[in-house]
Amino acid sequence: VPVSVICSPPQNYPLYIRSVPTENELKFHYTVHTSLDVVDEKISAMGKALVDQRELYLGLLYPTEDYKVYGYVTNSKVKFVMVVDSSNTALRDNEIRSMFRKLHNSYTDIMCNPFYNPGDCIHSRAFDNMVNSMMMQVC
Amino acid sequence: MEGLTLSEAEQRYYCDLFSYCDTESTKKVASNGRVLELFRAAQLPNDVVMQIMELCGATRLGYFGRSQFYIALKLVAVAQSGLPLRVESLNTVKDLPLPRFVVSKNEQESRHTALYSSDADNPASYSGVIPPPPGRIQVKKGSVSHDAVQQRTSTDQQESTSPVVSPQQSPPTSPHTWRKHNRHPSGGNNERPLAGPGPFWAPFSEAQPGSSTSSDPIWSGHSPPPHQENWVSFADTPPTSALLAMHPASVQDQTTVRTVASATTTNEIRRQSSSYDDPWKITDEQRQYYVNQFKTIQPDLNGFIPGSAAKEFFTKSKLPILELSHIWELSDFDKDGALTLDEFCAAFHLVVARKNGYDLPEKLPESLMPKLIDLEDSTVIPVISEVGEQTGEVGYSSSPAEAPPSKSPSMPSLNQTWPELNQSSEQWETFSERSSSSQTLTQFDSNIAPADPDTAIVHPVPIRMTPSKIHMQEMELKRTGSDHANPTSPLLVKPPDLPEENKMSSSVKFTAGNTVNGYSSSDSYTSDPEQIGSTVTRQRSHSGTSPDNTAPPPPPPRPHPSHSRSSSLDMNRSFSVTPGQQQAGVVAYPPAVPPRPQPSQGAGPHVHRPVDAEGLIAHTSTSPQQIPEQPNFADFSQFEAFAVSGVNKEEDDEIETHSEVLQVEKPSDSASSLRVAKADGRVEDKAPANVPTSAGKGTTPLAPPPKPIRRRLKSEDELKPEAEEHTQKTGVIAAVLASQPSIPRSVGKDKKAIQASIRRNKETNTVLARLNSELQQQLKDVLEERISLEVQLEQLRPFSHL
Repeated sequence: VPVSVICSPPQNYPLYIRSVPTENELKFHYTVHTSLDVVDEKISAMGKALVDQRELYLGLLYPTEDYKVYGYVTNSKVKFVMVVDSSNTALRDNEIRSMFRKLHNSYTDIMCNPFYNPGDCIHSRAFDNMVNSMMMQVC
Repeated sequence: MEGLTLSEAEQRYYCDLFSYCDTESTKKVASNGRVLELFRAAQLPNDVVMQIMELCGATRLGYFGRSQFYIALKLVAVAQSGLPLRVESLNTVKDLPLPRFVVSKNEQESRHTALYSSDADNPASYSGVIPPPPGRIQVKKGSVSHDAVQQRTSTDQQESTSPVVSPQQSPPTSPHTWRKHNRHPSGGNNERPLAGPGPFWAPFSEAQPGSSTSSDPIWSGHSPPPHQENWVSFADTPPTSALLAMHPASVQDQTTVRTVASATTTNEIRRQSSSYDDPWKITDEQRQYYVNQFKTIQPDLNGFIPGSAAKEFFTKSKLPILELSHIWELSDFDKDGALTLDEFCAAFHLVVARKNGYDLPEKLPESLMPKLIDLEDSTVIPVISEVGEQTGEVGYSSSPAEAPPSKSPSMPSLNQTWPELNQSSEQWETFSERSSSSQTLTQFDSNIAPADPDTAIVHPVPIRMTPSKIHMQEMELKRTGSDHANPTSPLLVKPPDLPEENKMSSSVKFTAGNTVNGYSSSDSYTSDPEQIGSTVTRQRSHSGTSPDNTAPPPPPPRPHPSHSRSSSLDMNRSFSVTPGQQQAGVVAYPPAVPPRPQPSQGAGPHVHRPVDAEGLIAHTSTSPQQIPEQPNFADFSQFEAFAVSGVNKEEDDEIETHSEVLQVEKPSDSASSLRVAKADGRVEDKAPANVPTSAGKGTTPLAPPPKPIRRRLKSEDELKPEAEEHTQKTGVIAAVLASQPSIPRSVGKDKKAIQASIRRNKETNTVLARLNSELQQQLKDVLEERISLEVQLEQLRPFSHL
């Protein structure tokens, strides 16, 4: 049940949101939205000067009910949030990290596209494909 | 346009025909396709048709307005009557039969007949509508192309025409696109124009329905589309016209169009024959056009078009941003935000395809993949040029060097060569500890070229090479996080420097390896030498790999005793060549000090020898002053015999003695090992300081060697304090000697070392005992004083009470 969301500050509106089982999507949207607070809190807690790759990965934000939320923030303060099922115990931290890394790479690829205006919603087919394949892997 | 008088029948007939041709129900303009078909059906020679079109003003206007259409029809009638086409004949010729249009066997035929069946005036004058018989194609083509040419020229003038007219513009441009499509060898290309200019190419589709449709499944959707569809889709082509109108109509285009016109038949034939070709292939003319467009933005064909410029350019095509974004995603292969020539051509091609109504593929078609050019050449070059570079660097640099001038050439094939490079780098890396470089290589590969399997390309995913050098270096720097990847220019500049250094390092490394191995048997030295040796190799790995690149990797350090000697000579040579390096090397190679078989007496002097030889400390001043002891001369002569071949015998002796000393020292107890450890640090610290002195000390070694021995024999007492001092230095020397080539010694050295350590401890004991006794004495004195003072105090106290 992974849900990926990319939110961009400062407005924190989602640039892209995708969930695999399309029912209950609203619930996931809500979860992601609430987790943004946690992300912000972690960012501010980290202080200044730590734009480190390792720390871009925020790790498990909080496990709630039956799913876990993972966060990741880029240098440009673009936040990635991923919600996965708690029942999916096969997912390890490394895998989550690699997924975030792939997301980040794809996101930078999109940024390279001159036709993409930062702040627009992401409609890239390549990005969609990547996200879909990633989520399929998890499920 | 002269006034046109039409009879009633004519009027009606023409009106019907116009409405027939007015596929878009504009009530004003007859679609060119239909009109042309009509004309074709009129079975008039091509030039006549052209003339008619000219006369009626359609060519001038670029479209068939009602009046033009009527005039044209009239002229057709005139021509069919065999009368010369004259404008004045329009009105002068009376009683002209209605223009006859041959009916062809099509559904349209029936449709048109139905349409015109109501026309009672001249039911017989024409048997139906027009769909051009297949045989018309050539004529049609000629006329079409000619029209296209003419209309095209007028297109530019008419860019500002009303939207209504815009469809008309597409035919002029359609030859342009058609030209491109013509270039497609596949029969599917026939279909392309259908979707695009539509009516123009309808006849073509009819002409070659079999080949074209069957050939290309992609086009099946477009394929024998009913003419209505074609004409309907024609409406989609306005953007095409706009697009093409936007692009500067170069002379080349026009000429190519003309060429196309003339070569239509050949194209047809070609198309039919190559019906299974890739529909996405870029034809030569198209490519030429793209190249020219590229040049307008970026004169250097090997350079890039930055994203912003490309964005502007493609925005002109009036495609939606979303589609342009997708096109960009497909064509920007290396995801660098800039387009090379190949990428640009691919993008342009996709834009044209999209404009002509073809859906964008999910993945970049093979034929549009950036092609490699002279990758083979470039692969060779970097290998040679990057002689001095580390393995990883070689791997990397070869790729950037591969396409220093242009990105596109190197890109696709780069990936192909990637495995080659990887393999080659693997070879070089066997003897280097930098296996991480190959890992970074792969990592770089996967990162730079997402190489999604989804892209499903037969070609290996091109990796961005181009400006590549710089980009690659940046990438590599990012990934390796080290300075291994030197910028390209430095890389190129460096090779001459590197080989020297590599030679040096390789020799040093080799010797170090030798020494390490040579003394692996000696227990005492195993730990330290290995550590230091590994450090050494690690330190040298950077440069060490470069010699690896140039020459076959040096064999793993398995030195034979004889080799060790020779390696020591090499060391000497290398040392002599670069004293500074020597110092560093010496410092770096503390391990692997070959314990030398030395009489116990010799051990002591050896302790001093290295000190002197190293010139590390001022002890040199003290040691030479010692009286050399005779008994050890024999040993020295032994060493000297060995050292005969050396360039710097003194250094050899030094080295040997150093190694001896080291041997002596190393096996000592923990205290000495500690000292050695400390000494190592100090050696390294002092090494640079002593660099200048090392050369100067070259001559001194000769003197010191005998002296320490003598000193040793001199007196225990003298030696004790000195021994203490020198033990530390010995440790230093030992460290230094570790790297030196070692002469195999017998096991007796261990005994000597143990004895020496015992002696040292005894000396220390005596010293401490003396110190202890002295302190005890002082304590006694102090206590006595205290007692006396207390007594005095007591004596005085009664007085205080008083």
